[in-house]
Amino acid sequence: MLAGKSVSLENVSMAFGDFVAVRDATLEIEAGEFFSFLGPSGCGKTTILRLISGFNEPTTGIVKIGGRVMAGIPANRRPTALIFQNLALFPLMKVWENVAFGLEARGVDKATRRKRAGELLELVALEGQGEKLVTQLSGGQRQRVAIARGLAVEPAVLLLDEPLSALDLKLRQKMRAELRSIQKETGVTFIYITHDQGEALTMSDRIAVMSQGRIEQVGSPDAIYRDPATAFVATFVGESNVFLGRIVEAANGVATIETRFGRLSGRNPEGLATGAEAQLVVRPERCRLATDQDPLNRLTGQSRRVDFEGSFINLVLELDDGREIVAQLTNHGEALHITPGEAVSIGFPTEAALLLEPGASTGA
Amino acid sequence: MRDVLHRFGPATGALVLGTVALWVILLVVLPQLFMIDMSLRPNLPPAARGGPDDVWSMSNYVTLFTNDLHRAIFWRTIVSAAAVTILALVVCYPVAYYLAQEVRGPTAAIFVLGLIIPFWVNEILRTFSWFLILSRNGLFNQVLMGLGITAEPLNLGGVGAVMLGMVYAYILFMVFPLYNAIESLDKNQIEAARDLGASWPRIHARVVIPHAKPGIAVGCIMTFMLAAGTVAVPQLMQALPGGTNARWFTQIIYSLFFDGGDWNAGSAYAFALLAACIVFIFVMMRLFKVGIADVAK
Amino acid sequence: MTANRVLGFFIGLYLCVFFAYLFLPLVFMVAAAFNDSRFPTMLPWQGFTLDWFYGFDSRGRAIGLFQDARMGQAIWNSIIIGLGVIAISLPVGLAGALYLQTIRSRAKPLIYGIMVSPILTPGVILGISTLVFWRYSFGVGGGLLLAMIAQSTFIAAYCMLLFMARLERFDRTQEEAALDLGASQTLVLRRILLPYLMPAILSAAFIAFLQSFENYNTTLFVIGTQDTLTLNIASRVRLGLTPAVNAIGVIMIVLTIVGAVVYEILRRREARRSAALAG
Repeated sequence: MLAGKSVSLENVSMAFGDFVAVRDATLEIEAGEFFSFLGPSGCGKTTILRLISGFNEPTTGIVKIGGRVMAGIPANRRPTALIFQNLALFPLMKVWENVAFGLEARGVDKATRRKRAGELLELVALEGQGEKLVTQLSGGQRQRVAIARGLAVEPAVLLLDEPLSALDLKLRQKMRAELRSIQKETGVTFIYITHDQGEALTMSDRIAVMSQGRIEQVGSPDAIYRDPATAFVATFVGESNVFLGRIVEAANGVATIETRFGRLSGRNPEGLATGAEAQLVVRPERCRLATDQDPLNRLTGQSRRVDFEGSFINLVLELDDGREIVAQLTNHGEALHITPGEAVSIGFPTEAALLLEPGASTGA
Repeated sequence: MRDVLHRFGPATGALVLGTVALWVILLVVLPQLFMIDMSLRPNLPPAARGGPDDVWSMSNYVTLFTNDLHRAIFWRTIVSAAAVTILALVVCYPVAYYLAQEVRGPTAAIFVLGLIIPFWVNEILRTFSWFLILSRNGLFNQVLMGLGITAEPLNLGGVGAVMLGMVYAYILFMVFPLYNAIESLDKNQIEAARDLGASWPRIHARVVIPHAKPGIAVGCIMTFMLAAGTVAVPQLMQALPGGTNARWFTQIIYSLFFDGGDWNAGSAYAFALLAACIVFIFVMMRLFKVGIADVAK
Repeated sequence: MTANRVLGFFIGLYLCVFFAYLFLPLVFMVAAAFNDSRFPTMLPWQGFTLDWFYGFDSRGRAIGLFQDARMGQAIWNSIIIGLGVIAISLPVGLAGALYLQTIRSRAKPLIYGIMVSPILTPGVILGISTLVFWRYSFGVGGGLLLAMIAQSTFIAAYCMLLFMARLERFDRTQEEAALDLGASQTLVLRRILLPYLMPAILSAAFIAFLQSFENYNTTLFVIGTQDTLTLNIASRVRLGLTPAVNAIGVIMIVLTIVGAVVYEILRRREARRSAALAG
């Protein structure tokens, strides 16, 4: 019944006076995709949403929807619908009137509007609530009214601005599943922005990770997690231990760097050359207690904390220079006998680590 | 301007802009300019208007300041307006303070209603009720005679009567701004000051009054403006026996317009009154360090 | 502690005296309307009568308020002027509020100051300047129309302030949401903004009418040969005072009390409703 369109950004930048909110963004979102923009507050994701929906015109660059250039087309004439972070429901109208508002704007007659509103409320599991005022609904229900209202205008692209941030955990998880299934059912292109990486990873077909106005990486959740393109992505999405060093050897897609803790090796997909400065990132869950079978990639430090988290255990080690690294060990049911301050060695396989150009991480 | 067109669309936006422009120009700015213009021209018969004699001069203003009687009445009007303002401020401050800070809940609502009702009774009726009190058969005289202080009813008309009338008519314009300003003060600040051992006069001087400055300024401005510019009160109080010698500046202006037909002099006198009010407003704003934005409730 | 109690007592006394000062003159005026005495007064009390509302004197002449045709005409004029003032002030005040809330230029305080200045101008000045301007520019002489114009000068500013207070708490993302859903700007105004403003519009209409009805200083200069209620009262006090004037006072005070109470109740109810909506 509905069909999504593609969205493309070509060298889009947005500046407000001296402040550059979005820098040279270029990407292609496919029709019918569930696409997320992920990044911390202030990274520019809301601005991108407003550029696509038409509330701001880019300072430079072109925004296209379904291949058609959107420059000069105001928000009320674009094939988009925006779900605001504060929902912006109309408090003086009933629920069905809210949902049907877009149809009212298009001159649809009242009977048809009411019927359509009823259908949409059914889609979002709110049947029978049409006659209430929005103020009488709970947070999760209001959320769904906002979505129904957006879908009522049969948009090619639905834009969602951190819609679940105000809900509690259980409700958030439930809504994530619902949003995903609505998207699949309707085929509308969903563009979702959030700062919660768990949300983005669970729901999206592809993710664009943003930092300070720049798009750091675009890819599927799996690709972003396994092969982060920058240190920022590696540390913002999931956790990473990061080590800086100089490459002493590079061959066959693998490179070794010299760090103050010894030599560490990892995959080298970018083909960084010998002598270059590089960062090695490795995720805690790929680290394990060192045995004599891993002579390479071994780190020794003093145990600082052993955090028992149920299904896994976080082992925090302090290295020579005072920095902490984390190894996440699956709980196999054996007790872990490590006393605080004890010297512990952990290791990780080469293919679990990744070599990247030096750059900013989240500092987390 | 572009913001308006952008937000409301070309048609409605133009309507909004047009209405605002028309109002400001036709109702606010031009009339004042015209009045000033009139005040600078001599009083000529219709035939001579626009002719060689129709030049700007300060002659009307000079008339005001050289005419001893008019000048005296001008100062009397201003001074008594100021006196009424100060009196109103002194009288209302305790009332505003106690209602705003010490009384809470439903009692406060009743008191506020008790202030609103007389406030909404119109100025003429309020003045009239004091007229009755001061009249020969009125309460004042009845009490004086009843207590044996006087044998005959007194003629209470005069400057005093006008001032008493003004106080009663405009005192509520001082209470409300004061009340609103003091009410917005966080009670905890007063508690904290008390806790630190400050005496009540100090608390008022250092905590309450500084916070209430915008309210004080607004109250004083409104009261002064009403008292200096009132025609109603002097006109009514003139009807009291003995009141005919207390002419008020606004009455002179009225007479210049409708008894003498000298609209030019009338405009000049009116502008002089306006100037006095503007000076007062600026002094108040400076004294209490408030801006235009604070003045609007 | 006792010092505080004594202070408290004197403060209470002060408040009582203050409220007595406010109300007693009105009470006396009301009482005199029922006193069978030619000159309005409460003492000496000469007997209860309703003649001043409707009645005849010893020579059979009508003396009551309700029989006074001139007063009737004056009231009628006041009502017409009041309605005219509403018709002018509400749209103007609304336009002004929308304008000020939308623009972001640095001249905003100045523009605001100019628009609010009529409130800070003495009524006589407004009357005079309106008279002078309209008489010489458009040939409009004193009368009901000019009174509407002159009064609207400052009443529109009051209305504007009322609208601005209401607009300040308006969530503008609702406008954006409506536009995003395809609404034209006109539809947004009609379906989103105006319904939100409706309580303020009703409030403003009420206040505008009241302020117009009771206006004297401005109206005096622009009314020409016509009469309004306040003008009529004032002229009767100066010439031909009878307790019929008190009678009109009684009616107006009763209406005022009713109006004030109703207004306060509605205002509180609206305030509670807005708080519930926001929460």
